[in-house]
Amino acid sequence: MGVGSSMQKEVINKESVTICFAGDSGDGMQVTGTQFTNTSALAGNDLASFPDFPAEIRAPAGTRAGVSGFQLQFSSVDIFTPGDEADVLVAMNPAALVASMIKLRKGGTIIVNTDKFSERDLAKADLEENPLEDGTVEGYEVIQVPLGTLVKASVEGLGLGAKEVDRCKNFFALGMAYWMYERDSTFTKTWIEGKFKSPYKEANLKALEAGHAYAETVEVFQRSYEVPAATLQPGTYRNISGTAGMAMGLTAGANLAERRLFYGTYPITPASDTLHALAKYKHYDVTTFQAEDEIAAVCSAIGAAWAGAIGVTGTSGPGLALKGEGIGLAVMIELPLIVLDVQRGGPSTGLPTKTEQSDLTMAYYGRNGEAPMAIISASTPADCFDVGMEAVRIALEHMTPVMVLTDGYISNGSEPWKLPDVDSFAPISTRIVTENNNPDGNFLPYVRDEKTLARPWAIPGTPGLEHRVGGLEKQDLTGNVSYDPQNHEKMCRLRQEKVERIADFIPEQEVFGSEEGVLVLAWGSTYGAVRQAVIKANAQGKKVGHAHVRYLNPFPKNLKEICERYDRVLIPEMNLGQLSNRIRSQFFIDAQELHKLQGQPFKVAEITEAIDKLL
Amino acid sequence: MSDIYENEVEGPEEGVNYSKKDFMSDQTIRWCPGCGDYSILSQTQTVMSTLGIPKEKIAVISGIGCSSRFPYYMNTYGFHTIHGRAPAFATGAKCVNEDLSTWVITGDGDSLSIGGNHLAHLLRRNVDLQLLLFNNRIYGLTKGQYSPTSEVGKLTKSSPMGSLDRPFMPLQFALGSGATFLARSVDVYAKPLRATLKAAEAHKGTSLVEIYQNCNIFNDLAFDEVVNRKVKDERVLFLEHGKPMTFGSSDSPKGLRLVGTRIEVIELGGEFSESDCLVHDETNSLLASILVQLDFPEFPVPMGVLYKVEKPTYNEAFNAQIDAALEKRGKGNLKELIYSGQTWTVE
Repeated sequence: MGVGSSMQKEVINKESVTICFAGDSGDGMQVTGTQFTNTSALAGNDLASFPDFPAEIRAPAGTRAGVSGFQLQFSSVDIFTPGDEADVLVAMNPAALVASMIKLRKGGTIIVNTDKFSERDLAKADLEENPLEDGTVEGYEVIQVPLGTLVKASVEGLGLGAKEVDRCKNFFALGMAYWMYERDSTFTKTWIEGKFKSPYKEANLKALEAGHAYAETVEVFQRSYEVPAATLQPGTYRNISGTAGMAMGLTAGANLAERRLFYGTYPITPASDTLHALAKYKHYDVTTFQAEDEIAAVCSAIGAAWAGAIGVTGTSGPGLALKGEGIGLAVMIELPLIVLDVQRGGPSTGLPTKTEQSDLTMAYYGRNGEAPMAIISASTPADCFDVGMEAVRIALEHMTPVMVLTDGYISNGSEPWKLPDVDSFAPISTRIVTENNNPDGNFLPYVRDEKTLARPWAIPGTPGLEHRVGGLEKQDLTGNVSYDPQNHEKMCRLRQEKVERIADFIPEQEVFGSEEGVLVLAWGSTYGAVRQAVIKANAQGKKVGHAHVRYLNPFPKNLKEICERYDRVLIPEMNLGQLSNRIRSQFFIDAQELHKLQGQPFKVAEITEAIDKLL
Repeated sequence: MSDIYENEVEGPEEGVNYSKKDFMSDQTIRWCPGCGDYSILSQTQTVMSTLGIPKEKIAVISGIGCSSRFPYYMNTYGFHTIHGRAPAFATGAKCVNEDLSTWVITGDGDSLSIGGNHLAHLLRRNVDLQLLLFNNRIYGLTKGQYSPTSEVGKLTKSSPMGSLDRPFMPLQFALGSGATFLARSVDVYAKPLRATLKAAEAHKGTSLVEIYQNCNIFNDLAFDEVVNRKVKDERVLFLEHGKPMTFGSSDSPKGLRLVGTRIEVIELGGEFSESDCLVHDETNSLLASILVQLDFPEFPVPMGVLYKVEKPTYNEAFNAQIDAALEKRGKGNLKELIYSGQTWTVE
């Protein structure tokens, strides 16, 4: 507690808190949220964050469409989601207030910037009445702060213009939040010092300190809350976003295989950040290529894979649609290619900045002909690391394209990550050959490994192994063009079986919780909400298990048996039943579906409700 | 006219280590009898045998179309990709494997219609490779629709009343895209074609060679009024760097001269002599912008190297950044990667 407080402050201990920052997309809410997240991580909390912003870079100021939000839950116990409902909403204007109140729990706290409530501000937010006066906020604890005025006073004398002053107000808000939750602002101060030049550096530091001092001084803030450090497993931690995790996982995989990584991509929300991350890893032999379009992106990656690199292309839904033909070629010629799809709301341009799991069907079937490929998915931000590395392993050891599905929610979200022991990583082997496998004749590029059915990888430049590959059907073994009917069927079946045999090399599916009753079968970013709901159900003595499937094609060998063990199977998905369709057709399991297509992740309560209906 | 342009059919040139045969694959060639592709294949194989490049370091990458079957017939590393995208595959391959002498084989439909975007970007990036554009002004593999280089009014199955779109002039398109090497040749001009292919290979950067290629099935004699032996002296301008732009038979020599900002055909021997003619400077981009527009019947069609300029290549710059990063930061190790940023320890 601060010495010299003007009043006696009550500090309340809380297990976990969910806080939501909301403002214009130019208000710096993402920065504010990220700073709070990292500071909480350093304080030892478990946490999960969820940035939620519009597709427009600077949507019209003050409008509901322009509201940018950042929600995070920090906790002294294990948590899996950014929280169903916020305890505190920091709203920078009327639009942010009315658009984000839906996220706030009944009776929660609203800290609101009252300097943005002129008639004009209300009109921009399509409000006829002031929501602070018309009963909208009744039943909530409302703390009205004239943020603009206070910030202006705090940075006086630094010679900033009105616009520049206004840009400091997110740090004022952050300063208040730090006081409320007993956070140390050292991390943010260091960050500001490194990020901004004078006089903006001083201005932001002053705003941060002023916000902290204001909260400490004024009587409306009567309590602060302390969320003690979580009892996490011993180890070294860092906060990780899914994007950063994926970039590191891919890099680690390529390094373990001692192959250059080539990332060919075209900027698209929300996948672009993967390019930004990988572009910094050149000293890890990671190369990035910003292609002229999505098609060139996948094709350049396949070209690089043909020439000896691990080829990776990253995109989101609309881009994946464009890459279909290229991926089909990689299936046909059997090269190590990774296709990262950071899913977003669809169809078409859909909801670029909102999350969804609706590309699964495209991942399974979105190519002409019989074109099977491995599909894996990541369940949390930290899991993206493991999945990135695993994708490289499968692609190289099985000589196959691998689809990696994440989504906007886990890519932008973050959580503490217990850092793995680098020495524990298994090496990744490749199918590279340098000797002719057919000494009496030409090299045979389609002779297969007995166990995996993977073909050899003869990299151009290798003497004596000159050969041709292409998209035309190829003769078994030689790879020469072949129109032979029997050969075509054989090759289709071989490519299919090669992918199916990956099941021999992946772990069996694990189940959490009850071994009988209701099974919640889920994949991807629904992990957090499902796991929390299942923990809760088990604590209440309900028989509920959770199987979270990373390997979507092929499935783990025991998945069917697991499904059959339970009375009911519930499959929650942020789509209209895409995994359910596959499970039903492949396993004859009559699964109960739960859909959500709102651009927002599932809440724990929504999963709980669906579970309870089946019990 | 220099002897390199004489249209004589020669036996294969003996290479440093190879003969032409070393570059012939064991696959049966499936182009139509009489197709111009045969000659281009033959000249390419011959040229490759003389380059002194080990054949395992030659990568032939193609798109889709008749010409794009080319890699199957080359005993090198070959990649028959998808329609229009060969430049993108080649860019990825060349960037990660710079040792590869990379050759892109494409046609007018493949590179200017479905793949126009990729061709433009390949040229502006200046990836070090050769792109042989077989221009036959027709879609052959899909059996005879008009192409983006077909003349207006082309009667085909898909344009029974004549095609409506104006054609691309490939080299003009390429110059506008920032090409650093532009050349033109003809499928059956064996020796000039070989010389042009060699010049293309020697150029560092994207070397685009437009090759007039006869499709005797769907667009026979498409270039005949220009390239036929009987008329070519009058209608083809063989360019040589540093030499005046002259053409025509010995009976009626002609040349090109610049009048103001216009090009004019002049008769030599009377009022004008060679000294009045434009002198070819393949490094002059303004001159190139004129040359790429010259077309029959108003002008003779320029053949040989129209333009050649040294510019940094994409693949070199791409790899130089890797080297620079390694120099500055040292080879990355995984522990540093993962343990970077703010970490904390739980006891």
